Amino acid sequence: MRQITVLSGKGGTGKTTLVASFAAFAENLVVTDCDVDAPNLHMLLNPSIIRKQEFRGSKVAVLDESKCIQCRRCEESCRFGAINDLKIDPILCEGCGLCAYICPVEAIELVEKICGYAYVSKTKYGFMSHARLNPGEENSGKLVTLVRKNARQIAEEQNVDLILNDGPPGIGCPVIASVGGIDLGLIVVEPTLSGIHDMERALKLLDHFKINALVCINMYDLNIENAKTIEDFCRSNGVEVAGRIPFDPLVTEAMVFGKPILEHSPRSKVSEEIREVIRKGLEDLGKQSG
Amino acid sequence: MIISVASGKGGTGKTTVAVGLGLSNENVQLIDCDVEEPNAHILLKPRIEEEKPVYSLVPSVQEERCTHCGKCAEYCQYNALFVAPDMVLVFHELCHSCGLCSVVCPEAAIVEEKRRIGVVKKGLAQGVDLVYGELNVGEAMAVPVIREVKKEISRERTVVIDVPPGASCPVVESVYGSDFTILVTEPTPFGLHDLRIAVEVLRTLQIPLGVVVNRAGIGDMKVYEYCKEEGIPVMLEIPFSKEIAELYSRGVSFVTEMEEWKEKFKHILERILEA
Repeated sequence: MRQITVLSGKGGTGKTTLVASFAAFAENLVVTDCDVDAPNLHMLLNPSIIRKQEFRGSKVAVLDESKCIQCRRCEESCRFGAINDLKIDPILCEGCGLCAYICPVEAIELVEKICGYAYVSKTKYGFMSHARLNPGEENSGKLVTLVRKNARQIAEEQNVDLILNDGPPGIGCPVIASVGGIDLGLIVVEPTLSGIHDMERALKLLDHFKINALVCINMYDLNIENAKTIEDFCRSNGVEVAGRIPFDPLVTEAMVFGKPILEHSPRSKVSEEIREVIRKGLEDLGKQSG
Repeated sequence: MIISVASGKGGTGKTTVAVGLGLSNENVQLIDCDVEEPNAHILLKPRIEEEKPVYSLVPSVQEERCTHCGKCAEYCQYNALFVAPDMVLVFHELCHSCGLCSVVCPEAAIVEEKRRIGVVKKGLAQGVDLVYGELNVGEAMAVPVIREVKKEISRERTVVIDVPPGASCPVVESVYGSDFTILVTEPTPFGLHDLRIAVEVLRTLQIPLGVVVNRAGIGDMKVYEYCKEEGIPVMLEIPFSKEIAELYSRGVSFVTEMEEWKEKFKHILERILEA
């Protein structure tokens, strides 16, 4: 089984736009949305949910006031400042259980909570694994791991040998969970100084985990000079640039219609370039297995 | 006064708004809590005056005392310890530094040691005091770095916090304790979808909020309809313009080149202070 994750470092560079088109273009793949706190891919692929699963990612400490002897040992030992005036703040509590362990009268209990839901769905292009973390919850990395596990399971059942993951922004816990064990990281970058800065950190992350990288420049014509800087940077770091997608308001229009751009305006220059990026990505995967 | 700038969806213009507020008002301290991908310094180009390493505490097992009883692994809620018959493995990137393992160890074989996971940088730029953090590449836990960045908050200033995208723990950690949050969105289906999620987080935290619509003119009108229905004030609209996008791409805040916008950003702050 081969796996590609689309990532970017900086948010809003066009990961989901690319992934939706990839899913519409390539046959025989399972697609995932690993951006579990602000998922958007479903808005372009319109999945019908076939399985819904509770995600119990973490626990929270609950104090039974009737048992509490107000010794305040819990308050003094909590590393997260979550206990103040003998009240546990469920927002600050990280569910470690230290307070429950040290409480001399067993007045604190760790309780499991539902942190979100994972879904397996069907779209007109194939199967999709996705999730929704409850707003403000922790452990998005664990939920990403569940989404990817579900994807592998469907892929095996359906005899599909490619999984395409839409990654979250950033480089922290959910991103690390999105790139573990993949064959290719496809970075979407915009030609802004912030975009370049964040791409460099995303490339470092892939390098750190020894993952092969490919870069695609989105909205390259918003600053051609910066696009050239990206190309030069990639060349001198041995990373291939898979494509240069122009800026086009059609992309937003396709989003308003809830469709992948490849389907909304297949003949546009944007779609042409996206197809090129997808071909390069698939070719790159082929090279590795050969 | 602490005002945070958040969004749900990434790339909607949080940093543009946070820096705009900083450059248009007096006595602002800008706290960039997006420690995974900090960008405010790219627009402000500060002279760095101070750098402080950020450490997290992780368990270190003294093998000569350890009896491999497995109690530490049994109690750890994050699966950061694995005890084999002849050794203990510690997965640093999963550790939340809660200290429970060292407390439960019956042999006192676990001591905590510092591990460097990032850095906090401070500097001054164009009249704005900037504090930002950088998580080391390959580290999973952004929250401890965000905590250290927020320790630099100076309450007597007007504090503007640039929040990371999303709606999970790093966002909660960043906005926690704010007096007001500005949610930046774009008028598109993705922008609206993620705005709703962000509103849910802030309402749980009981933080008053307002919306700034960036790239106004693209997409559709549904963000406005939503704000109206929910009684959320739209505090500012920044139009989609090639000029603003081009300035941003070069690392220039548009308020420095288009002075008339400074008044609008001043007005936002006045409105928040009045409320």
